[in-house]
Amino acid sequence: MASMRDIKRRRTSISSTQQITKAMKLVSTVKLQKAKQHAESTTPYFNYMYNTICSMLAKTKNINHPYLMQRDGGKKGVIVISSNRGLAGGYNSNVVKLIRDFDEITPENSQLYCIGRKGMEGLTHRGYQVAVDESDVMEAPTYDDASRICKQLLDAYAAGEITEIYLAYTHFKNTVVHEPKLLKLLPVEISEEEIAESGEGSNVLMNFEPNPEEAIGMIIPKYVTSLVYGALIEAVASENGARMQAMDSATSNAEEMIENLTLSYNRARQGSITQELTEIIAGAEAIS
Amino acid sequence: MAEASNKFVVEIITPDRVFYKGDASMIEFNTTEGEIGVYKNHVPTTVVLAPGVVTIHEEDGEKKAAVHAGFSEILNDKVTLLAEVAEWPEEIDVARAKAAEERAQKRLSAKEEGLDVLRAELALKRALVRQTIVG
Repeated sequence: MASMRDIKRRRTSISSTQQITKAMKLVSTVKLQKAKQHAESTTPYFNYMYNTICSMLAKTKNINHPYLMQRDGGKKGVIVISSNRGLAGGYNSNVVKLIRDFDEITPENSQLYCIGRKGMEGLTHRGYQVAVDESDVMEAPTYDDASRICKQLLDAYAAGEITEIYLAYTHFKNTVVHEPKLLKLLPVEISEEEIAESGEGSNVLMNFEPNPEEAIGMIIPKYVTSLVYGALIEAVASENGARMQAMDSATSNAEEMIENLTLSYNRARQGSITQELTEIIAGAEAIS
Repeated sequence: MAEASNKFVVEIITPDRVFYKGDASMIEFNTTEGEIGVYKNHVPTTVVLAPGVVTIHEEDGEKKAAVHAGFSEILNDKVTLLAEVAEWPEEIDVARAKAAEERAQKRLSAKEEGLDVLRAELALKRALVRQTIVG
């Protein structure tokens, strides 16, 4: 059995860890609230953007545009959104795992555009190539950041260096549920059902100015940028949500450990008192 | 006059917020093809926005805002502007816009190697729009 002093030292150390995790939980709760609000205020834009793209594609089915066509030969560009800091449970490793488990993306045929240091570390460790590291963006993502990153990607796409663009991030479903997601951004693939769905309500003939090809050429980059921006905002919310949960369970685990240690400390103390008493009595008997 | 019938819904949405939502009798804005004014029952059109001033004609006067980049979907009873940036006049920092104008001018006149002319021109355009709307 551990000595009383050892138990006491251990208990103190755990309770100071508990204070840290508690503080971290509070901080991420506040950050989560802010990020959640932000994520909510951005949703209308993305919904609208998505609907517009769907209805645009529904009405312009037979247009040949590089953004819509499958090409071969180039690499796959993957945007990986993770966090710069750890202690967020499985948040970062889930994104890494998602990419590793996706058969079409291998270290040989892909190029990563990393936003978030932890995900980048996890993937470079397994042999993936990083083309661009934009981890600093994660501190406070803005629309300008998203459009700058997308411009790099779209330039590489136009030059034929990459022929497909994927986006990996953590979708913020609600405060407790965050699921890692992998989306294919380009070439645009919107399923027939979704096109049919969005087409139903508006059977109007849409005109495009200057003309459909040019309009698509200008609008799709905006669509990609808006998706990336939306993903960044959701990822921030998910990160803080994940950290809040991780720290919450760490705090309650610490509490449990402290309870157990307090119990064994008290037992050890009682044991030593009993032992002392027995020794005194035994000594007194020996004298008399 | 048929009061109710000449109104249509105008929505201006930016990535960060719903910038404006209301009824208007006319809206004017700048597109890549030139300035246009839209009344109710316009032919459904999708246009790409150019930096410029958006004027919304409401029942009690007009509202102006600066809009930079984005696109607009015009339906016969609804106009939606998906703008990357939209600002009310009171949100604009004139000093900053002026500085941006000078910077862009300098860049364009210096003609350095590797200059992104398009970007500099857009920056100049934005700075000018911001100043017009406030002034």
